[in-house]
Amino acid sequence: MGDRFEYRNVRVDGDDGPIVDGFSARIPADGLTAIVGPSGSGKTTLLRLLNRLDDPDGGSVLLDGRDVRDYDVLDLRKRVQLVGQVPVPFAGTVADNVGEGWEELLERVGLPVAVATRPADVLSIGEAQRMCLARALARRPEALVLDEPTSALDTSSKAGVERLVRSLADDGLTVVMVTHDPRQATELADRVVEVRRATS
Amino acid sequence: MNDLSGRIGFGEVALSLLLVAVAAAVSWRRKAGLEQDILVATFRSFAQLLAIGFVLEWLFGPGRGWLTPIVLAVMVATATLTSSVRGKRVPGARGVAAASVSVAAASTLGVLLALGIVPVEPRAAIPLGSMILSNAMNTASLVMARLRDDLASNRREVEARLSLGQTAAEAGAPWHRTALRTGMLPIVDNTKVVGLVALPGAMTGMLLAGASPASAIRLQLIVMYMLLAGNALAALVAGQLTLRRLFTRDHQLIRSLRRA
Repeated sequence: MGDRFEYRNVRVDGDDGPIVDGFSARIPADGLTAIVGPSGSGKTTLLRLLNRLDDPDGGSVLLDGRDVRDYDVLDLRKRVQLVGQVPVPFAGTVADNVGEGWEELLERVGLPVAVATRPADVLSIGEAQRMCLARALARRPEALVLDEPTSALDTSSKAGVERLVRSLADDGLTVVMVTHDPRQATELADRVVEVRRATS
Repeated sequence: MNDLSGRIGFGEVALSLLLVAVAAAVSWRRKAGLEQDILVATFRSFAQLLAIGFVLEWLFGPGRGWLTPIVLAVMVATATLTSSVRGKRVPGARGVAAASVSVAAASTLGVLLALGIVPVEPRAAIPLGSMILSNAMNTASLVMARLRDDLASNRREVEARLSLGQTAAEAGAPWHRTALRTGMLPIVDNTKVVGLVALPGAMTGMLLAGASPASAIRLQLIVMYMLLAGNALAALVAGQLTLRRLFTRDHQLIRSLRRA
């Protein structure tokens, strides 16, 4: 399989100098790719370029060989699902949050079907993160982009979410995950991309 | 007989300055430090109202009706500037404010004049215009500031919604709704309790000027309904345009909100 994503000499400017500068990397379509680097090196920013919550100030980002800016942005975001560090439940029940096909999806992410009728904001943080993954999977994405998906979780729910993320990658989904935890990167990922702090 | 307006001369105004002295005395005794502000406010109100009194006297004179649209335009410009200063953290706030106060004033005043509910005269158009404009101005400021601040503080949820493939309008909808309500609620509440808590300005003015209560309330009802519609329109336009200014064409939050 070819590359799902490619960063070509990407630069993103912040308020005081570049956040990312001259970054290039390829992310294959198969398996789980971890992005690691020190805090402040722009890892989160790099993820946000993949679904165009942000755009680069220089260089380009490609999805399946085409600049992400050439796709319809709403379509791009359905294909490339980004899940943030802190789960964000929306108002309504868990089933409302996940939408159509919630039964199957809750099972896929390891949540009991009984939670479906509960208000989404009463879930534990670990459950909420699983629900957010189910909500993302409901869009039938080609790629799942995760920003430190376990950093807000306690140790026990962390291991469960890690197993889930690994199994999604094994099912053929492209998974890109930012982590600051070297253990997580080496144990979980098929490959690791390192980011260095931009020199301004 | 019971017409107060003709009886008030500058002597009466001078006597009423005693009441200003009461306010100043309260401030002085309690060390509120507002004596100077009260003095300035007294002089300014005197000078400003005296000036506008002369201007209105002149504008209402025969053959000067053609000036009314110009007066209204000046009021629109002032309302726009005031509102855009308060909503300044919204890019293009001036355009948003201009559109919402103009739409509110033109449509409500337009309906009242076109249907012959009020006469097409400077004496009707200018005071009604000023009421609708000052209300629309407050509404536009409230809606702009509220929507911008809510999107900034709920950025995480807004971006989670965008990430799921929602459009900017869909992702901003919960806060758009709140901002509209914030803009419209004060006037809706006022309309509910009118006459119970306070006798509103237009009615009070007519009563003091010697009009019968029946005709005073008829005018007041028209004013309240005009303000309801005007505020709703100002809130609608301000909300819609502000939302558009806070997202890019590509359904991203604008940079100042992304990095907030």
